[in-house]
Amino acid sequence: MHSSLSGPKALALYRTMVRIRAFENAAEAASQGGVSAYGQQAGGTAKVRGPLHLSTGQEAVPAGVCAHLHARDYLTSTHRGHGHTLAKGADLGRMMAELFGKATGFNGGKGGSMHIADFSVGMLGANGVVAAGLPIAVGAAHAQKLQGQAAITACFFGDGAINRGPFLESLNWARVYALPVLFVCEDNRWSATTASGPMTAGAGASARAGALDIPATQVDGNDVFAVHDAAQRLIAEVRAGEGPRLLHALTYRVKGHVSVDPAAYRDPAELQAALQTDPIARARNRLLAGGIDAAALAAVENAAHTEVDAALAAADAAPWPEAAAAFTDVQTLGEGQWT
Amino acid sequence: MIETTYADAAVRAVAHEMQADPRVVVLGEDVGRGGIFGQYKGLQPRFGTDRIIDTPISEAAIMGAGVGMALAGLKPVVEMRVVDFALCGMDELVNQAAKNRFMFGGQGRVPLVARMPGGIWDASAAQHSQSLEAWFAHLPGVVVVCPSTPQDNFSLLRAAIACEDPVVYIEHKSLWGTRGPVDETLAVPLGRAARLRSGDALTMVSWSRQVQVCAEACETLAQEGIAVDLIDLRTLWPWDRAAVLDSCGRTGRLLVVHEAVQAAGFGAEVAATAAEATGCRIARLGAPRIPVGYAPVLEAQSRVTAGAIAEAARRLAG
Repeated sequence: MHSSLSGPKALALYRTMVRIRAFENAAEAASQGGVSAYGQQAGGTAKVRGPLHLSTGQEAVPAGVCAHLHARDYLTSTHRGHGHTLAKGADLGRMMAELFGKATGFNGGKGGSMHIADFSVGMLGANGVVAAGLPIAVGAAHAQKLQGQAAITACFFGDGAINRGPFLESLNWARVYALPVLFVCEDNRWSATTASGPMTAGAGASARAGALDIPATQVDGNDVFAVHDAAQRLIAEVRAGEGPRLLHALTYRVKGHVSVDPAAYRDPAELQAALQTDPIARARNRLLAGGIDAAALAAVENAAHTEVDAALAAADAAPWPEAAAAFTDVQTLGEGQWT
Repeated sequence: MIETTYADAAVRAVAHEMQADPRVVVLGEDVGRGGIFGQYKGLQPRFGTDRIIDTPISEAAIMGAGVGMALAGLKPVVEMRVVDFALCGMDELVNQAAKNRFMFGGQGRVPLVARMPGGIWDASAAQHSQSLEAWFAHLPGVVVVCPSTPQDNFSLLRAAIACEDPVVYIEHKSLWGTRGPVDETLAVPLGRAARLRSGDALTMVSWSRQVQVCAEACETLAQEGIAVDLIDLRTLWPWDRAAVLDSCGRTGRLLVVHEAVQAAGFGAEVAATAAEATGCRIARLGAPRIPVGYAPVLEAQSRVTAGAIAEAARRLAG
């Protein structure tokens, strides 16, 4: 157990991870047969349709980072963003409803998994385009600075994103204007179905941040307590007005690129090794060793499953959006002129 | 009423809106020095470096930061320098700015103005001369504006900044020095065309700098007894169907003229809509589908001349 964490705070991190895992496991099961890819044909029975990108095994990163964020802080996310969104405080039930495409979802069924947003907790959107959240994050942070807000922006992206131009443009921008941004590279080692390592020159996200004079910290992204402590230090510096920081969290994508991808292209030994470092199992062991009793952990786990079961039932029972909703919130000027 | 240039009219419009609304900020390359066309002249000394923000050459970040600023409650005017460079910020405009409000189920608005001057700028060749307004008219979620006069650049830019939708604002690079009267109290709503001449022989629709060339052709045609109803569309989306269809209903003939490549240009949309709605005869005139060349003789092949317009009008009227 890390010294900086007391029992209830440590348990809260565990709870965040367990809720993410339970949510994604349920969504994964509900998505089978929901998309035509990787040899599967979409059928009519799947409740969660279309590509579903799971962050299974990566839960320690959002849990450890978002523990230090407030609702007034902004967050931008990725296509693999369920964990970020839940950890930022978005309602699990409305997230599940959005995955089901129902009217009660955060986006009224207009977005689905890849576009979940909850502005009420500062979550400015998942994103279907790799690296697209970075410039939006620096813009939001720029606004926070201009408006004199005591708030910051956390920007999550993957290892694949550092090979896109907006990564360079956004880090440069954040440094030039000394913006209150924490960049979080959630390095799960895979870019869709290609290993990121052979596709990435140099030493990766931290080194690139260093080249732009942005202090970066590399951390074991499967150790939620290590992530928590590293993020705590970096976020304190960001909040103090010292400019942007980058957290490079080394983790592993346990599932395929999307939920129906068996990831047959990768070495089974690599996955087996990664499973030995599962962040939830590790945290559980350390909590037990730190004196939190098994009953307390079981209560957290049971509560998460109960919450997810209720979310599934509510999403299933919820109404579809009205067809007319396809024509709302497109734009104000010219509304009604569709052809 | 004052007399001033198309560029100065834009400066005045931005200043008006910045004065009226502290949420308005400008970001882009060289804007602090007034912009490369003088379209921000004097604004940084007046409003400061926090509101007239000089940026690196990072079009994706300029556009994307504009989106983030807008979601966070500001009203950014985003300068792309020329439409050709705006292509470096296309994901941020097309997939983010235009989609966010809808995609997030009505959470968030992106009230940004993306200024991206277009059109042929003498001897600037293929990467500084394009007219790409049809790309954006095709894109749900955005408003598209192409002003042709100093008055319109003043009034429409103010309206664009006040608008809560993302606005693609395409000034013409060859119009910056054009002088004309500007009434700073005159409001021109987005989506409203202007009828510049009245006539019964045919309807002629155009926008941006090409309107001036059309006006020249109309003078020639008038001397031949062909009276043209000349309409400056001004806003391409949402476009003023009522004005165009009313005119076509009276004249029975429509010629749409634009500087952009004719194939799949916005003229096709206007012509097809008018033909469907009124049964009028239609003709289109735009540039050939070639990149704009550098040498004068090559560049000239991409220009739609007053002579060509008059000839097309005679064929249609005859």
